[in-house]
Amino acid sequence: MPKLPAPPLPAPLRTPPPRPGEANGDGPLQEAAQAGIAVVDWVDERTSLSGAARWLMFRKVPKGTNWFYTLGSATLFAFLNQAVTGVFLAMYYRPEPSGGAYESIRYITNDVFLGQFVRGMHKWGASVMVILVFLHMARTFFFGAYKYPRELNWVIGVVLLILTMAMGFTGYLLPFDERAYWATTVGVNINGTGPLIGPYLSDFLRGGSEIGATTLSRFYAIHMLLIPGLMAALIGAHLYLVAKLGTTAPPWLKAKQRRELRETEV
Amino acid sequence: MADKRAKHRSKYTLDRGIPGAFEGETVTRRRFMTGTVHSASAIAAGAFTLPALGFAVGPIFKSTPDHWETIGTVDQFPENNYVPVVITLVPNIGAAGKSTAYVRKKNPAIDTDVYDRTTPYIAISDRCAHLGCPVRWVDASERFICPCHGGVYDLLGRRVSGPPVRPLDRFYTRVSGEYVELGPRFSVNSELRRFSPRDPGEPLDGIGQYLYPARPDAHK
Repeated sequence: MPKLPAPPLPAPLRTPPPRPGEANGDGPLQEAAQAGIAVVDWVDERTSLSGAARWLMFRKVPKGTNWFYTLGSATLFAFLNQAVTGVFLAMYYRPEPSGGAYESIRYITNDVFLGQFVRGMHKWGASVMVILVFLHMARTFFFGAYKYPRELNWVIGVVLLILTMAMGFTGYLLPFDERAYWATTVGVNINGTGPLIGPYLSDFLRGGSEIGATTLSRFYAIHMLLIPGLMAALIGAHLYLVAKLGTTAPPWLKAKQRRELRETEV
Repeated sequence: MADKRAKHRSKYTLDRGIPGAFEGETVTRRRFMTGTVHSASAIAAGAFTLPALGFAVGPIFKSTPDHWETIGTVDQFPENNYVPVVITLVPNIGAAGKSTAYVRKKNPAIDTDVYDRTTPYIAISDRCAHLGCPVRWVDASERFICPCHGGVYDLLGRRVSGPPVRPLDRFYTRVSGEYVELGPRFSVNSELRRFSPRDPGEPLDGIGQYLYPARPDAHK
């Protein structure tokens, strides 16, 4: 292939000539790059992770893949945002109903450096995640991407949806202000309206007959430990199935039919 | 060689054709080992799971002892209007455990229901019977109004309008010297018949009392 002449760039934007000693690739920049590559090679030789990375990142996608397909990754990003901001909030939060919870949140918001920002990211990130989860679910449904062989992936997705809702419900109580307290009261009592097992379900959620210390501790443990663990495991399974089974083409693209398979007219 | 699909398979491994079997063996060494390890794992897993589950489920069955709280003197509460008092529902957690009760002296002209003759003062809980929001006594209209979803109750706590499914809960009261004391909660159905305390949203008329059973620790 004939090489085209270099475009007429101004001097500051042209690639600089190699410094003395770097022409053969021996300079300090190249040495640092070699060192980095050596580290990655060392890990790869002992784990064969590069094969897995290549399988995950260089997989084939069908023609017609569009921006709707990014909603799943967007949801994952929102989840990671919640996880990371949640970890930093957990460093300051105290699950005490007798004032410690509210006071620790006030401290985070007012006194901690960037506390208001991190708390805001967590609070708004929760709404963002729910919206993205529904949009992703709608995209999967309308594109028919739940059909064979992806039914299990759909089921895992629905379970993740329910877990996301449960995270929202349990996390809402943690600031333990008036809105949190009464919203949880109403939410738990809605559970109690189910016949026969409703009363036991609402007692189980609250940890007793009234919202108290057990309720806050229970919700904190569920919000911090139980559901994030379940969600991480299920998201791993969900992503594995997506990589293994591949993504579908959008429904408006019809696969080209082979002429010999077409039914002839009588 | 015995037919493996015969209805009455021999219990001896020698007859079943399992390699390495010896005379009179019914369970192979492999199967015994597998079974023992599985049982031991189940016991070990149960040792930490069952107490944890009990820990989580236990509060359903915990019974709170009856707690009587002094709320005022006998002449503080009129017969025809409600006075709000602050009561402690859950101790030791500060303001989050407190609630409001509306107390009035029993008026024989108004409180004509046959089911309750023992409580000298009527103490109405502020917990709305729809979903638990705190109701407010509005003197001018003689109604309890719930701000959340528009439930309205009359002077006796019976539902007048909105989504609540039964009247407001009440508390037992007693007089001790010159003080009025407030005791445990009880729920009422639309005829003001007493029941053990239920959660909001659970109707108690007719089949309701069976569909929404009382707590395990409830005494009649």
